Amino acid sequence: MDPWGCLPIRCNHLDDTIDPAVEKVNLKTNPDIAPLSAVDALYAESEDWHLNTGGQTIHAKRLPGRWRTIKWLLASVWLVYFLGPYLRWDGQQAVLFDIPNRKYHIFSATVLPQDFWMLSLLLLFFAILLAVMTALVGRVWCGFFCFQTVWTDVFTWIEERLEGPPAARRKLDQAPLTLAKARVKVTKHALWILIGFLTGFSFVAWFTDAPTLWSTFFIGQANSVAYATVALFAAGTYVLAGFLREQTCFWLCPYARIQGVMLDKTTIVPTYDEKRGEPRGRVRRDEATAERANGDCVDCNQCVAVCPTGIDIRRGQQEGCITCALCLDACDQVMDKVGRPRGLIRYASLDELEGLPTKTLLLRPRVWVYSAILALALGGIVYGLTSLAPMELKVLHERAPLFVLQSDGSIQNKYTLKILNKTPDILSVTIRVSGHDQIRLAGAEEPIETAPGGVTPAVVFVRIPRRLLAAEQQPIVFRVEAERSSGDPVATERESVFIGPPK
Amino acid sequence: MAENNPFPGENNTGHVWDDNLRELKNPPPRWWMMGFWASILFVIGYSLLYPTWPVGQEPTQGVLGWTQMKEYEKGMEQVESKRAKFEDRIRGMSANEILADPGLTQYTLASAKVLFGDNCSACHGSGGQGNPGYPVLADDDWLYGGGTAKITESITGGRQGAMTPHQTILTETEVDTLANWVVQMSETAGQGGSDEGWTLFKSKGCTACHGQEANGILVALPNGDVVTVGAANLTDGIWRFEPGGYESARHTILYGVNQSGVPESRGAVMPAFAEAGKLSEQEIKKLVVYVHSLGGGR
Repeated sequence: MDPWGCLPIRCNHLDDTIDPAVEKVNLKTNPDIAPLSAVDALYAESEDWHLNTGGQTIHAKRLPGRWRTIKWLLASVWLVYFLGPYLRWDGQQAVLFDIPNRKYHIFSATVLPQDFWMLSLLLLFFAILLAVMTALVGRVWCGFFCFQTVWTDVFTWIEERLEGPPAARRKLDQAPLTLAKARVKVTKHALWILIGFLTGFSFVAWFTDAPTLWSTFFIGQANSVAYATVALFAAGTYVLAGFLREQTCFWLCPYARIQGVMLDKTTIVPTYDEKRGEPRGRVRRDEATAERANGDCVDCNQCVAVCPTGIDIRRGQQEGCITCALCLDACDQVMDKVGRPRGLIRYASLDELEGLPTKTLLLRPRVWVYSAILALALGGIVYGLTSLAPMELKVLHERAPLFVLQSDGSIQNKYTLKILNKTPDILSVTIRVSGHDQIRLAGAEEPIETAPGGVTPAVVFVRIPRRLLAAEQQPIVFRVEAERSSGDPVATERESVFIGPPK
Repeated sequence: MAENNPFPGENNTGHVWDDNLRELKNPPPRWWMMGFWASILFVIGYSLLYPTWPVGQEPTQGVLGWTQMKEYEKGMEQVESKRAKFEDRIRGMSANEILADPGLTQYTLASAKVLFGDNCSACHGSGGQGNPGYPVLADDDWLYGGGTAKITESITGGRQGAMTPHQTILTETEVDTLANWVVQMSETAGQGGSDEGWTLFKSKGCTACHGQEANGILVALPNGDVVTVGAANLTDGIWRFEPGGYESARHTILYGVNQSGVPESRGAVMPAFAEAGKLSEQEIKKLVVYVHSLGGGR
């Protein structure tokens, strides 16, 4: 029995494993035997149930193969995460999310918080990208890109280098603690913690100047937030990739739960071809191929052995499957050895397995809808990045008092102008106002110096003679103009309102 | 109960209901139990460090000696230390010097806003918009001068207006003529006052305070500013006592301003804010900058 005594609360094949005979037993009329036999039947059935609650570490076998190679190649995308912060551009870090100064440098562009609406489009883009990929090819994110999968893969690779293949690892885990075992274990955990540390360090390096971080971190001169973040990431990486592993995918990750609604019968996922494989049975040397009664599956369990989440793909699609395709490699190798065609486990859709016609990509509405959203989001980002306004103006009308009568008989309104300078230059800004032929501006006689990347407030007063005011409210337009150091003029406008006494 | 357990060896608690309904002893998964024990350890650690258990009147104090008040005071110290560099600079400067420095003006306006709210806005309104009987601070019409020096003087020493009641000095007709004249003067920027009004204005002693031109007695200050000395300018559109117009003018002429023997008299008193340490010199300086920037500073 499961050493943790967990009741099997979930089963993939509940319907076909319940013995109909058990249900027919009338418990009331046969109190001596019925309860026991009912429980026994349930227990017999429970051996077929699989609930991986992490009680036993899964030591998956590593086999070389086509998908294994693809997996390493795709996982190497994460090298960008480690190396990206050291890229330089125009004498500064190419990509730097400078949170204390609220400036986000992406190569030559500088994005200020005011442009953050683009981030929501970026998030939308990736969310939809995830959805469209899942609808088309299943959980490729989980299987090939997800940091949980990739880091766990690297961690178990280190484990295998140090402790040997799965059988040796299980033996070592059960062996009494000796100096040799301690040495291996300490080395492994030290390497894990080192990777965890580098993970945290690289994360922080995106938010602060990376060389400075290296020179200050180890002498206690870096920001306390940096230390806390590195510690959090190091601990998180160590625990999640070292210990929780597939349990994260089973119990922590919400995406694993969402996938059910994103897959459909046309989604291609690693699938066991039941029609070809069943009934499964061991290979008999003396059996001639023609009169073989069994299917192609030789029941070698290699697909289970290599599975990093410890499931059996032959039970069909299930939440534990992260579609890493390692079972494809394993099965293909066995098929080669026994001289049967490859692809007993392969990337295929349910429709395909059932012999239904498969729709081409372009005929599926999902593809169109998802692509349209992707294109919209991407278009928005491109528009935003290409039309970053060099200057922004906000106008706040004073509310108490809304207007003041001056001794010369004019009505005065007070405004606070907030001028945001997004250029890297100090701009000398001239303020103008229009909207009435007798309009006068006070308080902005001198141009206002605005620092780069900051908001400079300016308080100005606007006066219009009372007798010339046609309405209680009068639209007016503020215009700010400046010249960049390159000589290019920059200007922007903002409409506001001029308020006078009730008519 | 254990001896007649109908389902021995299946890891149950021995509690059986309805023949076969029973409770099994299945521990939660290890990761869950680890989390459970970790949170209990956390509670123990937390309650050693911080005030936690209610015992009698006071909770246990915790070895760190943490209190909300201490945290608040520490936060205030941080705020003060951030303000200190501005406050130190302001201390050595005059209000005009502060106004010449945009950065310091910005700081001063931000910090004086609270002072204004606490000390000034009850009478002058939250934005200096004035209240009936209390002058608008956001316009450019000043009874005692709108330069920083005069504003400082007003806040420091306060102001007390004065005007003689004319109920016994003038006849009803004369009061009526003068009140109408004041309205005409205001509406025409001093150009359209009736001749009868002008005659009365000049012969009844009004010029002593309101000046020959009815625009107040103007005094040139050493710094070049020209200010009135407390009497209203009668040639502009702004009324000292709301709502303005004939009735307002008549009332003021009849009963005067700040006359202790005349109950109907107008009140026009501003307290002295330097008295009894209400406001420090530094605070007054900040308020001067604030009031000067409300819109009418000269």
